[in-house]
Amino acid sequence: MTDTTTDRPGVIDARPVRHPGRWVALAVILVLVAMLVTSFLTNERWNFPKALEIMRQTPVLEGLWKGTIIGTVGSMVIGIVGGIIIAVLRLSENPILRGVSFVYTWFFRGIPRLVLLAMIGSGVGFLYNRLDFGVPFGQQLASLMGLSSDFTFFTLNVNQFSSTLLAGIIGLGLSEAAYMAEIARAGILSVDKGQAEAASALGMNRGQAMRRIVLPQAMRVIVPPTGNETIAMVKDTSLLSAIPVITELYYQTSAIGNRTLLIMPAFVAVTAWYLIVGSVLMVGQYFLEKRFGRGFGTPSNKRFARPAGAGGA
Amino acid sequence: MSDNSTTSTTAESSQPHERSRTGEDAPLVRAVNVLKSFHGNEVLKGIDLDVHRGEVVCLLGPSGSGKTTFLRCINQLEAIDGGRIWVDGDLVGYREEGGHLHHLTDKQVAAQRRDIGMVFQRFNLFPHMTALQNVMEAPVQVRGVDKKKARARALELLEQVGLGDKPDSYPAQLSGGQQQRVAIARALAMDPKLMLFDEPTSALDPELVGEVLLVMRELAKQGMTMIVVTHEMGFARDVADHVVFMDGGVVVEEGKPKDVISNPQHERTRTFLKRMRTEDDEARADAASTGTTTTTADV
Repeated sequence: MTDTTTDRPGVIDARPVRHPGRWVALAVILVLVAMLVTSFLTNERWNFPKALEIMRQTPVLEGLWKGTIIGTVGSMVIGIVGGIIIAVLRLSENPILRGVSFVYTWFFRGIPRLVLLAMIGSGVGFLYNRLDFGVPFGQQLASLMGLSSDFTFFTLNVNQFSSTLLAGIIGLGLSEAAYMAEIARAGILSVDKGQAEAASALGMNRGQAMRRIVLPQAMRVIVPPTGNETIAMVKDTSLLSAIPVITELYYQTSAIGNRTLLIMPAFVAVTAWYLIVGSVLMVGQYFLEKRFGRGFGTPSNKRFARPAGAGGA
Repeated sequence: MSDNSTTSTTAESSQPHERSRTGEDAPLVRAVNVLKSFHGNEVLKGIDLDVHRGEVVCLLGPSGSGKTTFLRCINQLEAIDGGRIWVDGDLVGYREEGGHLHHLTDKQVAAQRRDIGMVFQRFNLFPHMTALQNVMEAPVQVRGVDKKKARARALELLEQVGLGDKPDSYPAQLSGGQQQRVAIARALAMDPKLMLFDEPTSALDPELVGEVLLVMRELAKQGMTMIVVTHEMGFARDVADHVVFMDGGVVVEEGKPKDVISNPQHERTRTFLKRMRTEDDEARADAASTGTTTTTADV
């Protein structure tokens, strides 16, 4: 080996830069953590065993499963699908569809979820206590012309429906769609214009180009903020009690806390559950990001440096 | 579309011309008095061009001369403001009925593009798909070809462009030259009757230009009709049947490559070619001084 010759510089063995500040910060933090842990152990009002007990109560688990988990999944499905549709409408060449999309976003982004859910829960049932599905203006036409049929195919009792979990999920989903629309729009706009051009040069129509080429690439930009939205939604399911839907995590735990006067353990229990659900979602997000990062120099193929201007992206 | 679609256009276009027929000797591409402006800036000021079946036509000219815009007009990536373009007898972008032009629907436009292959300066491969998936995508999605058949054909095409060993690579794992060859295979997968190349080697490192030009030469040899916007004078001289020199949105000079490139009649052509030649020489000198071999320009 030529490395052994002394006249040419060889392997670098340099001393690292010292970071005394880090050690000081570590010491300070360790002291603070030790103080906190001591308080956990010595302050009996924390009452962690009781908190664990509350976490395992049947109503709490039911609230967690139905209100929080199903509520989050359901409203995010509606929110993501709806949001992408609204974003595509917003970017369409049809001015009417663009207008519809704008008004939707304006309305649902403008009203607080708490107010929206309360309104769905009581207001809608008061205004329209049943929904008839049939020919538009069929009833008016029928009474005008004296017909026996009123062109109604089936009827939904709004008062029965509006206080269900499903109504709450739809309300949260409609609200979420307005936010997801902006995220999806940013994602779609982030895809290089050359991609849609290449797709249309191959004879794909607009829909095919969007579905096969643009959206899969937009997902790379859409997924991280969507993870954020999902974790926010886990917490917003606590608003379901405004409907009122009470099979919901926060309502159930605080009810137990109030009834048994174990207020603080109940808070600890609900905090722990929210943190656990949030952590699971973060793991899921990591894998989703990996999946949609295909071909973009993700850690799985870092053997290859990305050439300049690769793929026109 | 039928012959009668073009009859009444004769009166409208500035130059009278023969009705385009779909016979064997009719040009595959006929452009008459093509006009295009961007925000009041006239980019194409009346381009006429005939390209016959099996011909290779090179569009030369300085940047901003309108050659890329003209190419993009042929497969409707840009809409023209005036004139007419026919591909294989079909009026591009419009149908004529009762003496009026009607815009084609999205679907009809897509159908017209199907038979025209396009290769872009920046490759525009789909980065979330492997090379094989890039090539298979359009036949499966657009033509509804069976996946197995599309796959076999795609592998064949990748073999043809010299990438038979890289079907599962993502574009980001390929060099620029390899990406551009995949892009050529992707366009060929639709069995186009016409291939458009928009400066296919301009974004490539000099040592990668040769491999792409080689594939294009092969394609020309097989009788593919090609319109190539390029700065590669060597390619134009050897491969083109016809070269067109454009400047400022008009055709300045056209003819056999040996006439236009070796013996230009117009001052503007001469100046441009002289500058290109100097750059070629400089590139060669650079390559020589750094001790690398070069395949640029004159492959």
